[in-house]
Amino acid sequence: MASKSNTKSTNGRNLSFHGWRRENKRVGVRNHVVILPLDDLSNAACESVANNIKGTLAIPHAYGRLQFGADLDLHFRTLIGTGSNPNVAAVVVIGIEDGWTKRVVDGIAKTGKPVVGFGIEGHGDIATVAKASYKAKEFVQWASELKREECGIDDLWVSTKCGESDTTTGLSSCPTVGNMYDKLIPKGVYGCFGETSEITGAEHIAKERAINAKIGEKWMKVFKAYQDEVIEAHKVDDLSDSQPTKGNIAGGLTTIEEKALGNLEKIGRSCKFIEVLEPAETPAAGPGLYYMDTSSAAAECVTLMAAGGYVVHTFPTGQGNVIGNPIVPVIKISGNPKTLRTMAEHIDVDVTGILRRDQTLETAGDALIDMIIRTANGRLTAAEALGHREFSLTKLYRSA
Amino acid sequence: MPAPHFLVHSPKDNVGVVVVEGLKAGTDMLGVVTENDTTLKLTAKQDIPIGHKVALKALQAGDTIIKYGEDIGRMIADAGMGEHVHTQNLKTKRW
Repeated sequence: MASKSNTKSTNGRNLSFHGWRRENKRVGVRNHVVILPLDDLSNAACESVANNIKGTLAIPHAYGRLQFGADLDLHFRTLIGTGSNPNVAAVVVIGIEDGWTKRVVDGIAKTGKPVVGFGIEGHGDIATVAKASYKAKEFVQWASELKREECGIDDLWVSTKCGESDTTTGLSSCPTVGNMYDKLIPKGVYGCFGETSEITGAEHIAKERAINAKIGEKWMKVFKAYQDEVIEAHKVDDLSDSQPTKGNIAGGLTTIEEKALGNLEKIGRSCKFIEVLEPAETPAAGPGLYYMDTSSAAAECVTLMAAGGYVVHTFPTGQGNVIGNPIVPVIKISGNPKTLRTMAEHIDVDVTGILRRDQTLETAGDALIDMIIRTANGRLTAAEALGHREFSLTKLYRSA
Repeated sequence: MPAPHFLVHSPKDNVGVVVVEGLKAGTDMLGVVTENDTTLKLTAKQDIPIGHKVALKALQAGDTIIKYGEDIGRMIADAGMGEHVHTQNLKTKRW
């Protein structure tokens, strides 16, 4: 809840913002009405509904059929988490059949927000789209009258992941995010970092940043499982074509260790992570910094963090990753002067001054906090204005 | 102070990062160690793109490269002081 102590930073900045407080008391900074497909087969119907009813948002994706076990659990957790995110006011779910559709609807309904589901089988696309469109119209008109209210910074959940990194991210944009977390985590913000494979070479440092030895061991277990079950099980070479990426290498990063050390600059100097989350899991241990076990692929990672409930994402980039997300504003930070010269339209916070030594990390962190507050208050990010809505489900293994 | 040509994370590092575009061989460079704000001078021996690493001392195949004060891999070919350090002469010790 908003409280006086959480509306001002030590340097006098106003840290309150205006958001939508949802039925479950979580606060959103966007007010989407989402048309959510259960599966790939239902994308067309969802897109038709979103085309019929202005102001709604379809989120097409590639999966949802014949998945099983942990992979199916993750599919449901991600879809339910996406619908449950407080940036979403209401949801229409469409699936090929009623059973799994209802499972997603029931999951989202636990938040108390309006949600309804439709199965296509036995009705066809056209009748389903008609029924779903009436409901979507009702939801979007209802949502359009919901009011923002003043909220304290401790109502904000801010995640991070970097992409198309280079050596400048480790020098400037990543430590800028770290400086922001060092300032905002003590004020009650929920933070989140992940990218399990991309901590290779810095795992000894990451483990030390756990709140206690038990969480450190839990983190190390997750890290080792990724190494053994994903990397070692499937690699055909030293991963030099994938990690670092071609873009990373063009930007001067040579090894995974070098990339990892830059990556970890995002968690600052003083904050510790308090829990290790499964992909798309919602934090439940109170305010603080969390680790989420994710891939390092940008859209997969941001999709999982959004499904975990994070409402603003901070994204350092060196070479110029252009990623966005359908429901979460993704704030881009870059310190690479070449990227600012060649593709500035993608960057929200310019921290090139750090490389010139005419901007300190302290002031860069404050500039990012200002941009987070402006974004929470409604400023569209570069990715939002450019229409970036990447939504990528993480798949653990092949379908049955 | 003029803007530096390269930055070094830690005084323990044996490579720095070029932070200006179009750096040419022969440039007398100013460097700053960000951890303690000390400065150093170095002459670039090759053209080095922005973001790429420069050897702060003569490095030989087998040497461990230190950046952020940490091990980031091993040299697989020599590099003289002021030369470019990248995939042609540096490789991960893993995978």
